[in-house]
Amino acid sequence: MIAFILSLPGAVAQGIIWGLMAIGVYITYKILDVADLTVDGSFGTGGAVMVVCMTSGMNIALSMLLAFLAGCAAGLITGIFHTKFGIPAILAGILTQLALYSVNLRIMSGMANMPLSVMKYKVLLSLRKTPKSIMVAGIFVLVIIVLLYWFFGTELGHSLRATGCNQAMARANGINTERNKILGLILSNGIVALSGSLITQYQGFADINMGRGAIVIGLAAVIIGEVVFGRIFKNFALRLLGVVFGGVIYYVAIALVLSLGLNANDMKLFSALVVSVFLGIPYWKKQLQQKNLARKGAAKDAGN
Amino acid sequence: MLEIKDVYKTFHPGTINEKKALNGVNLTLDDGDFVTVIGGNGAGKSTLLNMVAGVHTADAGRILLDGIDVTDLSEHKRAKYLGRVFQDPMMGTAADMWIEENLALAARRGQHRTLRWAISKKEREEFCEMLKPLGLGLENRLSTKVGLLSGGQRQALTLLMAVMKKPKLLLLDEHTAALDPKTAATVLKLSDQFIEEGKLTAMMVTHNMKDAIAHGNRLIMMHEGKVILDIRGEEKKKLTVEELLEAFTKASGAEFANDRALLNK
Repeated sequence: MIAFILSLPGAVAQGIIWGLMAIGVYITYKILDVADLTVDGSFGTGGAVMVVCMTSGMNIALSMLLAFLAGCAAGLITGIFHTKFGIPAILAGILTQLALYSVNLRIMSGMANMPLSVMKYKVLLSLRKTPKSIMVAGIFVLVIIVLLYWFFGTELGHSLRATGCNQAMARANGINTERNKILGLILSNGIVALSGSLITQYQGFADINMGRGAIVIGLAAVIIGEVVFGRIFKNFALRLLGVVFGGVIYYVAIALVLSLGLNANDMKLFSALVVSVFLGIPYWKKQLQQKNLARKGAAKDAGN
Repeated sequence: MLEIKDVYKTFHPGTINEKKALNGVNLTLDDGDFVTVIGGNGAGKSTLLNMVAGVHTADAGRILLDGIDVTDLSEHKRAKYLGRVFQDPMMGTAADMWIEENLALAARRGQHRTLRWAISKKEREEFCEMLKPLGLGLENRLSTKVGLLSGGQRQALTLLMAVMKKPKLLLLDEHTAALDPKTAATVLKLSDQFIEEGKLTAMMVTHNMKDAIAHGNRLIMMHEGKVILDIRGEEKKKLTVEELLEAFTKASGAEFANDRALLNK
């Protein structure tokens, strides 16, 4: 129990940073209705660009901006694969993700792991200063939420929402759905890479495998946020906040099960199963409802 | 207003499912024409409308709207000139978005979408005024998700969205077929009203011969991808269902005779 309590601040910090990643996933999964697996690669791209820029003497703001832009580029590639090559969105994301493994290695000059020492470089967050890290990550999350709230309230933002909701309707109203999908993927992966650059600062290194399973964590955060806060958070900005809280809950839950003795190696298996069940629940609910409705209908017909 | 010149369309060419949907269609609509389109299943009615809308591309022929050649224009670019209502009431609106958000999307049809706020206060008031005549009480539910509305309400809303920014041509693709008779009548009446008030040029595909006769100033009948009958003006006003059926047998029968003649050669 003491181990769990001691690990709480770290879990919260990680949860917030990964929650920012999950906001990126929310844009594709919830708004565009596309499951984009690019994120497993672009998260690492953000980290790799961050380390390389910082260690080559660039200032931190510019490094993070470049990390964001590198993520945007990854999203653009997936968008082009999907809309111009006619590749289904999931496969397009997998292809980019695979390509990014090589790209990320190239960025890090062939090294699978690059340190970004808090002793040598002025980073914004670090494991050594968890309270400050929580604050910095929180500020980033809030700024991104405010910006997204504004963006999705504009004419262009509305057209993106319409694209995800009903493509036939969007096109009938003069909306370029292909361009909007690319735009959404760019935005999403930019945010994911930004989150990758934050995690890299926080943990003090970038790793070629740091993004593995990011989509699952992102989906977990989105779903937890929806299940726990869906009824009270109706407003778009609050929903995004719910996603971040979802990320925090996810990491706190992980800290809890780890302190209860779950082998850390089994973590990914555990996460995948939990997310599968949560994705299954709405489906089962719907099936059950329809079955009940059909039964009632049949009973009524039989009564006549 | 609309010129369709010798348009052909074959689906799945070169496969076992090859289907000649449009087989040299020629049609010219004058300003203010309200044409009803009838014909059997697979006659090419919906294909023709979708061709004008840009959902399908023509294999051959040209389509001109108000003198502008739109044949090679993508669907979203063509939308600038068109108002569209679909057979499926779910198809014309975005279910997860509010009524006012859907209206705002339609209000910007054909315009560049900027980073300006999507709905202005003034627009919101205008939307209210536009919704009132529908008589569905939607003016009090601007921030209701469209997905919560009934099929008829959604179709009425789609209709309003199609005409609120005056289109050069209104395309109604069996837009009452999925509604119950009473709601269908209401939506049809609204369509008439909008077309009359806005002096719109319109095409309405329908399966219902009575509706085809009762509405519009012109009626065309399609068969095997061609326009085989074009009745207008006084002649159309006097038309009865029986006459129409007879005309259909005659027109399509003549075509059949031609086929046989070909086979005999």
